[in-house]
Amino acid sequence: MKVSLFITCLSDIFYGDVGKDTVELLEKLGCDIDFPEAQTCCGQPAYNSGYVSDARKSMKHMIEVFEHADYVVTPSGSCATMFTEYPNVFKGDPKWEDRAIALADKTYELTQFIVHVLQTEDVGAAYHAKATYHTSCHMSRLLNEREAPLKLLEQVEGLELVSLPNAHDCCGFGGTFSVKMPEISEQMVAEKAKHVDEANADILIGADCGCLMNIGGRISRENKPVKVMHIASILNRQG
Amino acid sequence: MSMKIGAEKFDERVQEGLSDTFMRGAVSSAQTRFRNGRLNAAEELGGWEEWRNLGEEIRTHTLENIDYYLDLLSEKVAERGGHVYFAQTAEEANNYITNVVKKKEAKKIAKSKSMVSEEIGLNDALKDIGAEVVETDLGEWILQNDDVDPPSHIVTPALHKNREQIREVFHDKLGYSKTDKPEELALFAREKLREEFLDADIGITGCNFAVADTGTVTLVTNEGNARMVTSLPDTQITVMGMERVAPTWNDMEVLVSLLTRAAVGQKLTSYITSLTGVKEEDDVDGPEEFHLVIVDNGRSKILGTEFQSALHCIRCAACINVCPVYRHIGGHAYGSIYPGPIGAVLTPLLGGYEDHKELPYASSLCGACTEACPVKIPLHELLIRHREKIVEEKGEAPVFENISMKAFGMGTASPTMYNIGTKLAPKVMKPMVKDEVISKGVGPLKSWTTARDFPAPGKQRFRDWYKKRQREES
Repeated sequence: MKVSLFITCLSDIFYGDVGKDTVELLEKLGCDIDFPEAQTCCGQPAYNSGYVSDARKSMKHMIEVFEHADYVVTPSGSCATMFTEYPNVFKGDPKWEDRAIALADKTYELTQFIVHVLQTEDVGAAYHAKATYHTSCHMSRLLNEREAPLKLLEQVEGLELVSLPNAHDCCGFGGTFSVKMPEISEQMVAEKAKHVDEANADILIGADCGCLMNIGGRISRENKPVKVMHIASILNRQG
Repeated sequence: MSMKIGAEKFDERVQEGLSDTFMRGAVSSAQTRFRNGRLNAAEELGGWEEWRNLGEEIRTHTLENIDYYLDLLSEKVAERGGHVYFAQTAEEANNYITNVVKKKEAKKIAKSKSMVSEEIGLNDALKDIGAEVVETDLGEWILQNDDVDPPSHIVTPALHKNREQIREVFHDKLGYSKTDKPEELALFAREKLREEFLDADIGITGCNFAVADTGTVTLVTNEGNARMVTSLPDTQITVMGMERVAPTWNDMEVLVSLLTRAAVGQKLTSYITSLTGVKEEDDVDGPEEFHLVIVDNGRSKILGTEFQSALHCIRCAACINVCPVYRHIGGHAYGSIYPGPIGAVLTPLLGGYEDHKELPYASSLCGACTEACPVKIPLHELLIRHREKIVEEKGEAPVFENISMKAFGMGTASPTMYNIGTKLAPKVMKPMVKDEVISKGVGPLKSWTTARDFPAPGKQRFRDWYKKRQREES
């Protein structure tokens, strides 16, 4: 099965390992990876800040870049959500609406793709640690995917999952929100870090580099020993 | 008081909120209680998503035919002996009401909770003509006695106060001498308020829903004060936002079922009062004179725009009760009597961007509000629409942001530019990196690193790794 990888800016620039783990994991599961090099950003930072016409430029570019793909898979619930929003952004646009719908229909967040398309829950991974999982907002509420990451994690050998208090709360990242409203964002991430602390886990797992960068940055600032990891890196750990 | 409250500057109000640890504690525990209550009540009812769909359908249909239903409502109210007045502005509404008060030579007015009356500044207008207004909702009464502290929540207006603070208000302003036990505080309030009800010449109420096909006003309360306000004084004035209409009793029943569960996690509130017209011969009680004041005050301008669904709101505050931003800054920080996500959407629509332009940004767009809304208002999307308006129509975005976003548009639409940019990033950031993180950032990273570390860019971009791997493989 040919899978076109949408790596996302954060993973491309800051979290290359997440990308590597995603590639290796999908290959292990029998996928052929296609990485369209012309890909850039989904446009979310501009779109969510109200710069809709600037965002449209990157969106149109991404529609073109992935037009040939059978499946578009990305290790980010939030960026996947942005792709699925494209049809609303281009509603009524005769040139772009259908193409936006086509892209949205074939886009999957990584765990969503593994569970729903590849129909696999046990990827043969092993990781010996006590872990808690951060439910990212866009993935759970807007993409409506809550189960897939947990189903996959439950099958990881040696991984003990403990619940995160107030897991439903946003970590306070919110893209440009974190720089536009820094005082409020700070309180939100501090609260999230406190709950991570209360979970008493060795690692915090998430499926979005944005949230992980935010919570991880706070945990690092507080000198807490909790390790922050993307779910691709857990699932790619061999048993 | 009008819709706008508190300090002039948003940042100042936020700072005030963030440093009020009492308030934050009270808000946080109330949010947990309300959220759990709502989830349990929804589960107990079953088929919550279908109920939400039904609620959305009713509200959409009503607002799409609002002129028809308002017409029908006013016809039915008139048939049952009531007077209907359409007020285009706050001033018109206040003038009408104060004229009724003057005509009746009323001295004292007992009032049950009404957000729209806060919005139009009715109490001040009444005070100006020398009438005494007594708020009879417990929360509102506490705030009124605390030198008119503004409400911080649309269902539980005194949410920001804990019981020690309430005791203090009662003690300082009303001579209360007992403890801060809720039962003792409530008993004191009840005794005081009973005298007010008996003394009042006019009762003023808000309106949860007005049923168009019978001309009925429905009031949802837990304290029974609205029932006292509508049965003891001879004259009743009901003030409603023009969107508060429900076509039929069946529709009203659906909306009330959603409201009480979404607001406080109750199947029903203690009192749900439906009143139709004036007291008739066989009636034991009820007003001899009834006025329904339907307030526009900027609402009709919202009709037909991308914000129309904001008028679907049934004022349950479910969005406020799940909002993490609200939890930390509290209601007053919004600078509007309508706080939280719905307030951030509605306030700029009713009060203009100039005074409220920060509100649409006071959200991480986490979508908790949209998920909680019982009538499915896409609140976080409406916040983005506001941002779009501020940026693209009003051109009021900060210059630096504007330049960055233009650069973003150019950089992400062109692979070459993106490549240059992402290659450059590690070099630009390198001087700030220490021990693999950035702890003291400059420029846009400064505010980020005040509270947390920023990751150093990887030594190699993913795409470079991938390219190398491809080359090696072939």
